[in-house]
Amino acid sequence: MLYFTRWKAMAILLTALVICLFAVPNFLPEKMVASWPKWAQRHVVLGLDLQGGSHILLEVDTKTVRNDMLETLRDDVRRVLRDARIGYTGLVVRGNSVEVRIREGTNADQAQAKLAALSQPLGGLLSAAGQRGLDIGTEEGGLIRLTITDPALIERVRQSVDQSIQIIERRVNELGTVEPLIQREGTDRILVQVPGLQDPTRLKQLLGKTAKLDFRMVDVGSSPDQAVQGRAPPDDDLLYSTGAAKTPYLVEKRVLVSGGDLTDAQPGFDQRTSEPIVSFRFNTSGARKFAQVTQENVGKPFAIVLDSEVISAPVIREPILGGSGQISGSFTVQSANDLAILLRAGALPAPLTIIEERTVGPGLGADSIAKGKISSYVGAAMVVVFMLATYGLFGLFANIAVAINVAMIFGVLSMLGATLTLPGIAGVVLTVGIAVDSNVLIYERIREEVRGGRSPINAIDAGFSRALATILDSNITTFIAAAVLFYIGTGPVRGFAVTLGIGIITTVFTAFTLTRLIVATWVRWRRPQRVPI
Amino acid sequence: MRLLRIVPDDTKFDFMRFRRISFPVSALMSILAISLYFFHGLNFGIDFKGGTLIEIQTKAGDADLAKMRSTLSGLGLGEVQLQQFGAPNDVLIRIAEQPGGDAAQQEAVTKVRGALGDEYDYRRVEVVGPRVSGELLSYGVIGLGLAIFCILIYLWFRFEWQFALGAMIANVHDIVLTIGFMSVTQIDFDLTSIAALLTILGYSLNDTVVIYDRIREMLRRYKKLPMPDLLNASVNQTLSRSVITHVTVSLALLALLLFGGQAIHSFTATMMFGVVLVGTYTSVFIASPILIYLGVGTGRDSLTAPERKDDKP
Repeated sequence: MLYFTRWKAMAILLTALVICLFAVPNFLPEKMVASWPKWAQRHVVLGLDLQGGSHILLEVDTKTVRNDMLETLRDDVRRVLRDARIGYTGLVVRGNSVEVRIREGTNADQAQAKLAALSQPLGGLLSAAGQRGLDIGTEEGGLIRLTITDPALIERVRQSVDQSIQIIERRVNELGTVEPLIQREGTDRILVQVPGLQDPTRLKQLLGKTAKLDFRMVDVGSSPDQAVQGRAPPDDDLLYSTGAAKTPYLVEKRVLVSGGDLTDAQPGFDQRTSEPIVSFRFNTSGARKFAQVTQENVGKPFAIVLDSEVISAPVIREPILGGSGQISGSFTVQSANDLAILLRAGALPAPLTIIEERTVGPGLGADSIAKGKISSYVGAAMVVVFMLATYGLFGLFANIAVAINVAMIFGVLSMLGATLTLPGIAGVVLTVGIAVDSNVLIYERIREEVRGGRSPINAIDAGFSRALATILDSNITTFIAAAVLFYIGTGPVRGFAVTLGIGIITTVFTAFTLTRLIVATWVRWRRPQRVPI
Repeated sequence: MRLLRIVPDDTKFDFMRFRRISFPVSALMSILAISLYFFHGLNFGIDFKGGTLIEIQTKAGDADLAKMRSTLSGLGLGEVQLQQFGAPNDVLIRIAEQPGGDAAQQEAVTKVRGALGDEYDYRRVEVVGPRVSGELLSYGVIGLGLAIFCILIYLWFRFEWQFALGAMIANVHDIVLTIGFMSVTQIDFDLTSIAALLTILGYSLNDTVVIYDRIREMLRRYKKLPMPDLLNASVNQTLSRSVITHVTVSLALLALLLFGGQAIHSFTATMMFGVVLVGTYTSVFIASPILIYLGVGTGRDSLTAPERKDDKP
């Protein structure tokens, strides 16, 4: 156990050295590191709990996605049957299905065949081969029921998460923050992590808005006040204005031009009133539609609707032919700016809900770093002194091994670009307490062997070979716990699991190689007559 | 230089005799802990219960809790708890989960911010919606179960099944007592508590495995030693190591407890209790003697043959 070939000793030292060197960028000023090659620049990332920032988990509203799918399906069914000149009576959305009753005397089989074309095979990675988007069933009396299959719904939800991620990226990037993280979580969730935000309110406002912009005509034929009391006409929606006033408007369901036709939106000021406004430009088809609509409706009011709220309802004074216009309506500079950002980034395919938020201010983060540092230093110092007092020279060996161990933990964390959190720091401190355990196991075993009457070198050799098996066994159990924790944990807790797990691996490595090498070198050098522990 | 010897060489404590005390005591404590859990309950944090937690700090002067309480109680947010957190100008606000789904939680935060105004720094805001909290809780429970199961399998491969079972009983005992501790102290039970429990699991086992390793070695070496003597010898031989390791771990934890700040206070306190108090006790007084009852070594001659002098370790 105590014999190392020269190349083996070199390999051990080199491995430890290289891993330790990876930790170096963490301790140098950023400017200095910036000129290094990319692979050498890797460093430990501070968790949001240490550097401050927001962790926001968003969920796509599956219900809305399904309702949209069902409405589209209903329109498709109507179109298909009309094109095929097949008569039908009822066409309704019921639960997860669209139901249509084919009129008696018409060919129900033909209707079914036509409608079957609506059921597209699913191309998603998760769907099984041959899986289709619709289940089509027939019942007595010519009733055909088209049900959206679960895989089809999941596929659509996944797609809308993908689209949402792109849109969110555009929105968050406008905030000018450093390294935001935006990623999918599961099928229907999006995780947004933005470091270093003082106040996440604005971020949340940007994330929470669907930003679906429509230009629609105001129905001047009936009074909105009547609609508030009773039912709105079937072709109209009763919508309210933004802000505190909540003026009701009757707005036609038909969308003239939608936000999808916008190419640009910029905040600005009205030249006459110097109020904040948002000016926008349509693409070619949007411009053509808008020109046509405004030509036909001069003198009538139209509504600019954002997420089912009326921003403003100006009267069309003259045809707008240039394809650009401006929205005014009690904006502040900030809200005009935000609306421009939202319009440029585009509308989300479905509303997103914030289901979890964790924000840490930069002040608390800095405090946590300071506390983490103090407790690490104090903890390490106490352990070092205790080991020296208990084992003397061998205690020094153990301390050297533990110091290298901690350096290696930071080296591995840097290599992986792992995140260091406050519980993660606790994990490192705990590792210091545990890493000396491997030394304790070895030294106690050596003490025993000495008492058993072995010669010093013999005792050291036997101590190592017997203790190492125990070290492996006992560390694997802790490693299993750390692995499970990594799997179930998020954020700070996962940070703890990472440092604990890495700490265990480096501990076993140092116990098996470095500590042994140090002691072996000492034995060869001093040829001890007695073991000083 | 004289070196520190906490445990003298060649101790010969009769640990196994204590099982007549330690087993009933542990059983009693476990029952107590379980009834505490059911009748006193755990102080579930927002991770598992849902709701909002806001840590604020006054920009100038100490926080006036009474004034804040009256301001916040007027918002109609249901139960609002205020608590001084570390420093006199640092306050923790807990708001119970709002009815009305995920969006309602966010509105609560906006209301609080509006009501408290600009006099405070918002150091931390955590909002956990109803669905996430449910998932986190089930993840936590599944995680604990999974960890116990994986470790059981590993120990079964490495040792005989009796050892795995013994370690498991010791383990569950640790967790139950720690949960009892969390119930008594009403420490926040959140995700970090699950982390603490899993770590306790790992370290208690670490300790148990070290002793078991020695027991296995002794079983191979001394074929005729009666089980209680063999177990006693194993525990005594590893005693020095157990004590020294627990001193170093306690030192590390003590530093975290004293200087690590409020954010990880409950985490380290739980760990201190679990690792240092319960874990050590368990591996010596529960995990080892239980092997006698689980029938380790029953196949050996020792039970029939009288003890021979030269077999003494």
